Amino acid sequence: MHVPDGFLDARTLVATAAAASVGFGLALRAVRRHLPPRRVPLIGLTAAFVFAAQMLNFPVAAGTSGHLIGAALATVLLGPAAAVVAMTAVLLLQSLMFADGGITALGANVLNLAVIAPLVAHGVYRVVRSAAGVGPQGTLLAAGFAAWCSTLAAALACAAQLAASGVVAWGTVLAAMGGVHMVIGLGEAVITMLIVAVVMRARPELVMPAEPARATARGRTLAYGAALAIGSMVLVAPFASPWPDGLEHVAERFGFASRALAGQPAPLADYTVAPLLDASPWLATVIAGGIGALVAFAVAWFVARALAAPGRAGARH
Amino acid sequence: MLRDRLLSPYQHGSSAVHRLPAGTKLLAAVACAVLIVLLPRSAWWAHAAVAGGLVAVAAVSRADLRGMLLRLLLLEPFVLGIALLALLRPGGVPLFLSMLTKSTLCLATMILLTATTRFSDLLAVLWRIRVPALLVTTLALMHRYLFVLVEEMERMQRARRSRTFVAGRSSAWRNSAQVAGQLFVRTSERAERVYLAMCARGWKA
Repeated sequence: MHVPDGFLDARTLVATAAAASVGFGLALRAVRRHLPPRRVPLIGLTAAFVFAAQMLNFPVAAGTSGHLIGAALATVLLGPAAAVVAMTAVLLLQSLMFADGGITALGANVLNLAVIAPLVAHGVYRVVRSAAGVGPQGTLLAAGFAAWCSTLAAALACAAQLAASGVVAWGTVLAAMGGVHMVIGLGEAVITMLIVAVVMRARPELVMPAEPARATARGRTLAYGAALAIGSMVLVAPFASPWPDGLEHVAERFGFASRALAGQPAPLADYTVAPLLDASPWLATVIAGGIGALVAFAVAWFVARALAAPGRAGARH
Repeated sequence: MLRDRLLSPYQHGSSAVHRLPAGTKLLAAVACAVLIVLLPRSAWWAHAAVAGGLVAVAAVSRADLRGMLLRLLLLEPFVLGIALLALLRPGGVPLFLSMLTKSTLCLATMILLTATTRFSDLLAVLWRIRVPALLVTTLALMHRYLFVLVEEMERMQRARRSRTFVAGRSSAWRNSAQVAGQLFVRTSERAERVYLAMCARGWKA
């Protein structure tokens, strides 16, 4: 999901870099104030761990394989603010050492994968965990669903940036990125849950890092704010590009967008409910998103139950 | 070995490009990337000139061209994946070609930078231009332990492979997750030891 150089226009580059700096700055301040010095090296080593874990292959089908993204995993293991710092380090190193992810697009990549993804993961993790219980099953369910939501949120933010740059049409890119990452997110959810389950069995205290109350209150506000912003962005995006020169193309884009949506082989059959789509591509997108979320939640629930059940194959060492 | 070559982009050398200060090279690379991004899409000659400049620098650096091309080819699918979306819009072919050119040129720029500059030198530059200390510390620790953790992970995978015979898809997922989870447990234990060692050498947060 790393955006290479050359895809985003100057306005989007500047706007995303500014947003990423603010998000990273807030996270840095939270870490400085609330994280005990003892845990500082853990941030760097967890960043290295995420990088290493991304190299593990998870075979899918026909010789293809997926790998972890790790934003939700880092959030569950480190807490939100430290996860933002760790994921930023991962992206910086990938860009500066391996040319993976553009240097001019660094702001956009940090915003998507190191700010939005961990904060959405944190918000979802907290809400689901407080509803489903803090036991192993509730924790795993929350981690899995948080991984799915964070993957989708990062993909949609990336899609919005590409569309705002005028590279692709809003309808096309939202449908393509959203649809694909609803499926990729399922893989991310299952991998995250499997890894969290292993860590929880060996060292339960690592999965529930003790944070001072003030830090979590701040984290919650941040996470809710980010989730709200992304939610509104996703809902508003198909209506209008937020920039003036995009508006004149909206009509043309819309005509194309609905055709592209209808003609595309989407992973969800319900994604292209034809009559609905003619009425409102926006409504169809929301419905598809809702169905995707339900499926992801159900998958996370089943996997969590299987992994948390005592004496089952998944729970034994 | 291919993996070792991919994990260590820096190629030791003593050319004029290698000897330039890391800060200059980083600034030049970033400026070059910004220039490529901002070039008007119709200015083919300017893109060609940048490409010529990069080839000239690569020739002066006497770095391993095959290694750099291999790296470029490995990163190109990600570029293509996004660029293909542009083909879906009407009249998207010139846009597609332009983005492909710009991305490839930027990739070549960054690959050239990483092939001729040590990451630790780049870190020193980041430290000097006052990037927040916590981020530089995190990057330095990450760079230091990256290879340690990757090797530890490979040892664990090798050990597991030599003891198990089942090769199903679900067991492959569980095995990989087991390796990753165990790796994190070891990572956090290592972080405790690293902290004590850092304190013993006078480190303060």
